[in-house]
Amino acid sequence: MLRYLSRRVALMVPTLFGVALLTFIMLRVVPGDVVEVKLRADGGHVTEEILQRERTRLGLDKPLPTQFVDWMAGLVTLDLGNSMWTGRPVVEEIGVRIGLTVQVAFMAAVISVLIAIPLGTISALFRDTWVDYVVRVFTIAGLAVPSFWLGMIIILMLLTVFNWSPPVTYTPFLESPLQNMSQLIWPALAVGYRYAAVVARMVRSSIIEVMREDYIRTARAKGVFERMVVGRHAMRNALLPAVTIIGLEFAFLIGGLVVTEQVFNLNGIGRLFVEAISRNDFILIQALVMLLAAVFVTMNLLVDLLYGVLDPRVRHA
Amino acid sequence: MSIATASNTADPRRPVAIIAFCRAQPLGAAGLIVILAMGLAAIFAEAIAPYEPEVINFGAMLMAPSLEHPFGTDAFGRDILTRIIYGARTALTIGFLSSFIGCTLGGLLGIASAYFGGRADLVIQRFVDVMLSFPIIILALVVVAVLGKTELLGIDLNLVLAIAIPIIPRSSRVVRSAALSVRAMPYIDAARAGGYSAWHIITRHMAPNVLAPYLILLTAYIAQAILLEASLSFLGLGVSEPKPAWGLMLAGDSSNFYQEAPWMILFPGLAISLSVFAFNLFGDSLRDWLDPKFRL
Amino acid sequence: MSQLFHLGEGCQDTRTQDANGSILSVEGLVVEFHTSRGVVRAVDGVSWSVRAGETLALVGESGCGKSVSALAVMRLLAKPAGRIAAGRIMFQGQDLLTLSEAEMRERRGRDIAMIFQEPMTSLNPVLTIGMQLAEPLKIHMGMNNDEVRVRSIELLSLVGIADAEHRLAQYPHHFSGGMRQRVMIAIGLACNPRLIIADEPTTALDVTIQAQILELMKDLSRRLGITLVLITHNLGIVARYADRVAVMYAGRIAEEGPAARVFGEPRHPYTVGLLRSVPRLDRPRGGTLETIEGAPPNMLKPPSGCRFAPRCRWRQDICATDPALRQVGPDQSSACHFAENMPPAAQPLSDYALVPPNAGGTLVEVNGLTKHFPMRLGGFFGGFTTVRAAQDVSFRIARGETLGLVGESGCGKTTVGRVVLQLEKATGGQILFDGEDLATVSSQRMKALRTRIQVIFQDPYSSLNPRMTVGGTITEPLRKRLGFTAPAAQIRVDELLDQVGLLREMGERYPHQLSGGQRQRVGIARALAMEPDFIVCDEPVSALDVSIQGQIVNLLAELQGRLGIAYLFIAHDLAVVRHLSHRIVVMYLGRVMEAADRDALYADPLHPYTQALLDAAPIPDPEVELRRTPRALTGELPSPLSPPQGCVFHTRCPLADAQCRSIIPPLREIRPGHMAACLKI
Repeated sequence: MLRYLSRRVALMVPTLFGVALLTFIMLRVVPGDVVEVKLRADGGHVTEEILQRERTRLGLDKPLPTQFVDWMAGLVTLDLGNSMWTGRPVVEEIGVRIGLTVQVAFMAAVISVLIAIPLGTISALFRDTWVDYVVRVFTIAGLAVPSFWLGMIIILMLLTVFNWSPPVTYTPFLESPLQNMSQLIWPALAVGYRYAAVVARMVRSSIIEVMREDYIRTARAKGVFERMVVGRHAMRNALLPAVTIIGLEFAFLIGGLVVTEQVFNLNGIGRLFVEAISRNDFILIQALVMLLAAVFVTMNLLVDLLYGVLDPRVRHA
Repeated sequence: MSIATASNTADPRRPVAIIAFCRAQPLGAAGLIVILAMGLAAIFAEAIAPYEPEVINFGAMLMAPSLEHPFGTDAFGRDILTRIIYGARTALTIGFLSSFIGCTLGGLLGIASAYFGGRADLVIQRFVDVMLSFPIIILALVVVAVLGKTELLGIDLNLVLAIAIPIIPRSSRVVRSAALSVRAMPYIDAARAGGYSAWHIITRHMAPNVLAPYLILLTAYIAQAILLEASLSFLGLGVSEPKPAWGLMLAGDSSNFYQEAPWMILFPGLAISLSVFAFNLFGDSLRDWLDPKFRL
Repeated sequence: MSQLFHLGEGCQDTRTQDANGSILSVEGLVVEFHTSRGVVRAVDGVSWSVRAGETLALVGESGCGKSVSALAVMRLLAKPAGRIAAGRIMFQGQDLLTLSEAEMRERRGRDIAMIFQEPMTSLNPVLTIGMQLAEPLKIHMGMNNDEVRVRSIELLSLVGIADAEHRLAQYPHHFSGGMRQRVMIAIGLACNPRLIIADEPTTALDVTIQAQILELMKDLSRRLGITLVLITHNLGIVARYADRVAVMYAGRIAEEGPAARVFGEPRHPYTVGLLRSVPRLDRPRGGTLETIEGAPPNMLKPPSGCRFAPRCRWRQDICATDPALRQVGPDQSSACHFAENMPPAAQPLSDYALVPPNAGGTLVEVNGLTKHFPMRLGGFFGGFTTVRAAQDVSFRIARGETLGLVGESGCGKTTVGRVVLQLEKATGGQILFDGEDLATVSSQRMKALRTRIQVIFQDPYSSLNPRMTVGGTITEPLRKRLGFTAPAAQIRVDELLDQVGLLREMGERYPHQLSGGQRQRVGIARALAMEPDFIVCDEPVSALDVSIQGQIVNLLAELQGRLGIAYLFIAHDLAVVRHLSHRIVVMYLGRVMEAADRDALYADPLHPYTQALLDAAPIPDPEVELRRTPRALTGELPSPLSPPQGCVFHTRCPLADAQCRSIIPPLREIRPGHMAACLKI
């Protein structure tokens, strides 16, 4: 198990390096001169002198390999440079916003998984009955409804039915849990719907598949109670693919937040990202892309480790 | 996954297959009907739509749904029903084009990776690993930011590309694993023992047998692409005014006024949801029908 | 024997048996499956019974309903498609079909246990063996953890698993196929059931392991007084292990009776046909096998009247009416109008000679062929290990001759075939085809040579491209490699279809519209299209039913006689190999153990492994089997990842001593033309 763990962690390094390289290429090499792109996009006349000064300030006058080494060194020491727009350190810009986004994502994930697993299981066990059809329509709809629109509808509903709007200013959880939750639960629900739908679908299909396995028949032939056939024999196996999708879709969840934060006026990572893009703040974009990819890679690692715990075949490999 | 053995009676090339499909998968047939209706609306938008989509009419601003304007009007007095009908054109074109480009490139990459195996496969898969680390919308936003806009025939090619690029690694993964199982089939060995060229074996023996997963992927990613286009447009980074696009109709003034004029967001949102729902329903049924063991 | 087992033996009283002594009787059972294409009556009015303490074999080919009727006894048919439409299943005087689901569950595993075909998938991969063994003990016997532990260790020891205490904590993937089947038997025995139903328990196993498992089951059922229902397609197994036999065909019982009588004096043409269509090791090698023509009926629309009539060579007008299963001899019944006038099962020997060996000079010569596969241990930094799939393999094949390559799984026979075909590159050694070394010829030359070397695969389901019609599959080599024009190719395709015994209109069909035997014929036609000199046949009949097997064997022999093609015939079935081959090479764990002319090898096997293989293969004749004392080879097949040092066979060899553990025995010529790799000969 320890060997497995260390091997998995070691496997992360080349992927993260690749992510960093690709991010660097996409944001520094492909667009050409980012300073020019940015300053010209802002409109108005820009002199060559201003451009040159800006390049020097950002270290963009050095050769590309040197720039890449600088960027890698910055990643390791968490010095990601300053925003091209506000001039404040990127780490600071991210730091003040990350708590909110993490909290919403985490809440959405927990609520979704708690709903999705029983929902998918029931749907599988009552396959091709009206229960199954209802769940399937509900989950396919979950893939179809855009989270930002769902957010608007939620706000609209709260307003028309309860004549109440969620608070617009952010309160940290520790300051006032109730205030905090009454603001953040809604975006969590809006982005969580899709997540719950995806997980429930995966749970359903893998339970259906597992229930066809020979070892389920063996269990029944032993006279095992049907609830144990499902609970012990089927679930342990069916949850393996569900764990994968729970991990991988977490990145999707954050993607959903990029848009949904706009609707709820939340000042989180997603909003920062959209602002950075619309202001051509390449330094900030680069840092955020790296951050989100790193989250994905880490989630992948967690999934793999969880697999090691759940699946003896992996554990002993 | 057993692509080659599971595709019993389903030969998607025969027209009879469509009838058989509708009979076996009524939900899928429902999805197909919605898709066809959307397609017709998109093609014949000029004939169906009651108004002009882009003409501003300050005399009819923010009107609630009525007989004259069944879905109401927006802040520029434009008929929302009209813009939804024209929006279908945008959604379908961009959705289909980007899914097609993404799945085809990804599919070719996946088949090649599986057929040649060894070092080529290893290199391609590491690259795909890295690509997969970027969440779809993040990658799409970055591509938009980097490439800007390039219009051709009224379609923003860079937007299509931005949506297609994140699809490539995802579809290549799926097609590769399908192709790997086909690659292990004895009929591929028989073909190799027959001395045919790699190109012949890939095109005649492998590609037709990964057609089922490819078609399933294509429909599934059209749904995703429509959703993604709506998201990008909503953020103001996709289709831009005054072109009619569903995501765009939810943005700007709509997001400011929707509490007073809910019809402005209600109908475009429903249009997005319904079309994505239809594609997913169709895709799901297609999968059940072509290859029940296949998983996205 | 422990205390716990005395309990089991003690309750063997007569109260639980009905008047004629049967513990289980199935009466007029009808099982229907609802499919998208209609209702299939997989079992159609079947009755059989088994007496306490005896072993009943249900025999038949795939789809005849034997497994379905057994699953019906357990009430474990796949829901909701499968349904018991009529009949009674009397077990210990009670109709199981009238029990509630809860009452039925109590009986499963406690009174009736079941062992399934696939040991690799029948155990839950994420639960320990101990947990899976404990379940029936806790549920049915109410044991506490300590009792469970004692009993589990006892059970594993009973089925011959060493170090039982330690192995309880392991997972199924730590066990080989044979070992998993032992675990399944232990689970089956856990609650001292009255009856065990074993559904093809050894079909997925190698022949030496098969012998071990069946001997174990026989021994345990005798010692513990357990009644056994054995479902199999293998007539040899029936002859060796069954007291009574019920032969099934197309959802009905064709014949039923004591094993000795069914084999000795079969009373149904289907039984006669089956017995005649298998080549036998204990008889002089016959010529053409007498086969049953055609294929079993489509169960969606079975023929009216006698279901076997369309394939029966003694068919009369009366066969259009349904023959009832009736008493035709002491304790024997048959469902044939002419049961009293059956010909003997013994196969008339026909004149048919193989081409004399070595007549045309050497065509293929393999010298010191070695193939190592690097195998990843998993993960990015997992490192590699080497699988020595084939080590120093040499043989020669003359024009028009057949070389049989025999061995169990993992022996490297398929690898040798693939290297000869140049689907894999050899690690070392030479493969001379008509004097040219295939390993070193240019790719251009190799491409040209490929038309002369062809292949037939085992699995007729996956060896044809499902998206190509039969005609397309056969046309491809003609058009692409031999330069036929379209009309010329069409004519040639028709010829080839005739040659392999297919109707010309089948050219329009897709593989899924054909039966297994027909697909295999298409595979043969595809190979023949190239007009090859040499065909590698990789287990070409092992996926087919017995009656179809004979047809394909005959076709291959006939084509060789007519076209003078040489075969490398790879198989694990010794009788089939003997039937077709001139020379035979026996492999074990990547090495050649013995090589000899056919008659020399079968009459006088020299290597202890060959002897064990021949011993382990059951012969479809109870009288012969009674006279034989099968010596089952002990031990597991070692993993090819870490083959034993010295002689690879020493871990299982009865003759092995210290020398064998260190020295690799060379292949020596012991008698003219008869080579063996053993130090003890």
